[in-house]
Amino acid sequence: MRPFRQIARGLRSLLRAERADHDVSDELEHFIEEAAREYEARGLSRTDALRAARQAVGSVTAAREEVRSSGWEHSIDTLIGDVRHTLRWLRSRPAFTISATATLALGIGASAAVFSAINPILLRPLPFPNADRIVTVADFTGNGGSMPVTLGSYVELKSRSRSFDVLAAADGWQPSLLASGNPERLVAQRVTPNYFEVFAAIPLTGRLFRADEGRAGDACVVIVAESFVERRFAGDRAMVGRSLNLNGNPCMVVGVMPRTFANVLAPTADLWTPMEPRATADFNSSAWGHHYTIVGRIGAHASIESASRELLAIGKAPIPQFARPPWASLRQGMLVRGVRDEIAGPVKPALFAIIGAVFVLLAIACVNVTNLLLARGVQRRHEISMRAALGASGGRLFRQLITESLVLAAGGGILGVVVAELALRGLLAASPPGLPRVDAIHLDGSVLLFAMVVTTLVGLAMGALPAMNVAFGRQDSTLQRGTRTVAGGRGVMRSTLVIIEVALALVLLVNAGLLLRTVRSILAVPPGFDSAHVITLQIAESGHAFDSSSAQLTFLQQALDAVRRVPGVKSAAFTSQLPLSGDVDGYGFEAQSVAGSEGGAMGSAMRYSVSQDYIATMGIPLRAGRLFDVNDRPNGARSVVISATMAKNLFGSKNPIGERMRFGPEMSDPNQWHTVVGVVGDVKQFTLVADAPDAFYVVNGQWSWVDRVHTLVVRTSGDPTALVPQLKQAVWSVSDQVPIQRIRTMDSFIAASAGQRTFALTVIKTFAIAALLLAAVGLYGVIAGGVIERFREIGIRTALGAAPTRIAGEVVGRALSLTAIGVGVGLGVAAVTTRWLSSMLYGVSRVDPITYVAVVALLALTAGVAAWSPARRAVSVDPTVALRVE
Amino acid sequence: MAKESDPTTDVIQGTLELLILKTLSLEPLHGFGVARRIEQISRGVFKVNPGSLLTALQRLERAGAVDIEWRESPNARRAKYYSLTRIGRRQLDAETDEWKRRSGAVARLLATQE
Repeated sequence: MRPFRQIARGLRSLLRAERADHDVSDELEHFIEEAAREYEARGLSRTDALRAARQAVGSVTAAREEVRSSGWEHSIDTLIGDVRHTLRWLRSRPAFTISATATLALGIGASAAVFSAINPILLRPLPFPNADRIVTVADFTGNGGSMPVTLGSYVELKSRSRSFDVLAAADGWQPSLLASGNPERLVAQRVTPNYFEVFAAIPLTGRLFRADEGRAGDACVVIVAESFVERRFAGDRAMVGRSLNLNGNPCMVVGVMPRTFANVLAPTADLWTPMEPRATADFNSSAWGHHYTIVGRIGAHASIESASRELLAIGKAPIPQFARPPWASLRQGMLVRGVRDEIAGPVKPALFAIIGAVFVLLAIACVNVTNLLLARGVQRRHEISMRAALGASGGRLFRQLITESLVLAAGGGILGVVVAELALRGLLAASPPGLPRVDAIHLDGSVLLFAMVVTTLVGLAMGALPAMNVAFGRQDSTLQRGTRTVAGGRGVMRSTLVIIEVALALVLLVNAGLLLRTVRSILAVPPGFDSAHVITLQIAESGHAFDSSSAQLTFLQQALDAVRRVPGVKSAAFTSQLPLSGDVDGYGFEAQSVAGSEGGAMGSAMRYSVSQDYIATMGIPLRAGRLFDVNDRPNGARSVVISATMAKNLFGSKNPIGERMRFGPEMSDPNQWHTVVGVVGDVKQFTLVADAPDAFYVVNGQWSWVDRVHTLVVRTSGDPTALVPQLKQAVWSVSDQVPIQRIRTMDSFIAASAGQRTFALTVIKTFAIAALLLAAVGLYGVIAGGVIERFREIGIRTALGAAPTRIAGEVVGRALSLTAIGVGVGLGVAAVTTRWLSSMLYGVSRVDPITYVAVVALLALTAGVAAWSPARRAVSVDPTVALRVE
Repeated sequence: MAKESDPTTDVIQGTLELLILKTLSLEPLHGFGVARRIEQISRGVFKVNPGSLLTALQRLERAGAVDIEWRESPNARRAKYYSLTRIGRRQLDAETDEWKRRSGAVARLLATQE
């Protein structure tokens, strides 16, 4: 009726309990006084009157209790009492409290950390209005995979499709910012002017692109990112209107995008420049290459499915207005995907593996603490029986015990948040590059909420069993029994829990083992080159100083000469793309003598425009013919070296040396044939796991253009990273206008090739070790508890002459048999869980016997270690002491 | 306390609040006064246990049916005086009607039984 009054009065008596009690006592005193006065009036003496009055009113304490227990605040009062009691109890048992809290903190912290990592990637909506309507559109490759789209296809789809409110295209761009003394290559995007409309993004200052901007010959304009302004211009607020020198061209800043604009397709982009959505009829132009990303907003009347159907229909019905080359036929339709799937897709398997692992760890932590509580329960039976005898109901006792486990869980939860913060840092440090939305990963309100929910569930889960056991178990007889009695039923329960722990630990260990073997076998894959002592530096020839290809070639030659003079350099070379670095640059090819290869019909191959020494510097083995030499000059006879697989696919058993080939843009020109002079080993370009693609090597200057970006590859005699400063100096001594970046050893590229799995392995391995320790602790607890419970029995048997080895054997045997059952159960569970992991496995079967044998042996060893100390204690039981106990 | 007292003198379950409200509708009283008044008017049929009385008064106060005021009692001692509020008066009317309806029904039922 009056909720406010209810709450206010309740709070008052809660916060000022003494005062409230005093009020009631005061009123009761008044009662007695008035009653006594009446008795006196009837003629009784003062003393008799008071006695009679007290008798009539009854117990003041009982009345006070009655009043006190009537309000809603009473249940809170009880709760506070229970919590206080629990804290006192926990304080008096520091070993138990510390081990239980630490275990829970580990479990809760690890799961909160994992949750905070997956939340922005898999769960939290992307920070755009109607983010679920934002999709990417990709082309299909021949074998069902997806690949970027050509600008020509974009123009056709944009014109013909009706499913999208906005459809934009973007292309990667790495302009060099030429500022005096500090050249830097930027990460940028060339976008159609409507790009920002897809995300409904609004600039911080300035404006978006106008629909007619970006045409050839227009003055260059850019929109820059707030983070870029902070990094390069100390957060200058007057960026709009400034001119940046990009590749030697002045570019006017027209807008600044705020930090809150999550550019999910290129999260690190520093700036954007407009491009005209137009494709020339020349299929050899860049607009017809597969390197554009299409992103769009689906209209309210359409869905991802209907848009896919529409694009398929368009693909199957070409119209003359939009000519298509064979590599962008669109006949299979297009792949339309929600942008979240697009960015989360590649890391999903690893994330799911980690999520599974963390819940197993949490479960083990729970089981462990449940076990501790059960053990406590046995020791506390006396106390509980006493309280039951004094009138505490089963429900009341249950409530108190649940409160205890919740308090324990809360402690674990609070510590867990600290653990989560640390674990998250570790997680991010171990994360592979390319983990999406990494900047959005942090502990926030939703993570704390998650931790709270987990904590509560954990508290209830681990408390329910022991609390029921203690509160509703048979109390009557325990007071009569001594304190140290055999707890048969609970023994079974605790053994069961240990079996569960062992089983869960086995599951984690098996998965970690399989991943370990996977990473090993990936890293054992020969990459096709010799990665030892090789450092690579990416160098961009930007600015108008390099506008002529002769200037470029001169720079490349002079830079190589300078680098070779650095002491410790064995050899050095340039290449237009580097294996395993993420570079992808492929072209169609045709061989003059091979029918059916005309017009690039046999697919595409990776192009490496290199300096003469590249193949030798990388240690790529020569299979036939010769490598490039000094005679392969820019204006000399055109030669080409091809990969072994390409030679076999194209020429079969025929000797490929001397065959004539041409590639990509050269196919429109009748006089551009290259002669095959050599065949070299296959090189892994994408990842160690993927097949090595067809590849061809041409000498710089013998290709249709000289690339603006090269990677300098240097083989050294000692530690290659130590030479980096001298190498940079050597390059800059030729021109200080070239930005140098992506400075990495070839070994690090190889390691990164197993990155995702290494990440999952690191995390799951950590969890598995923690699980093993927890299982060992659990085993130890049960075995040691068993020895204590059987103290008397062991004493008697020793007195009767039982051999110590036999007693020790029994103790260890118990540990081993519990472990054996756990292993049996765990193998069953692992048979299921490893199936989920199978997409991540490489070069190892999910029933790999070596892994399973090793894990079982490890668990057996752990069981032996856990049983060691209890076994020794059992052997050293002194019969005289044992018999005197109780 | 309740267990010890003579069952015939217990207030009928659920009617204590009605009796308190009725008593207070005449004049503001302190706790003992309420108890004494109920006993007097009922000619000793109802005996009120102080614990139940104070609990009921606390409940009524929280529901806004009565207000509390500290006053000097006739014996020169400060005591809590309870007085009826508008809400209390409405509750009294409602409960009185309800009680009459019920007791009338019981009376009719008993009459037919005879």
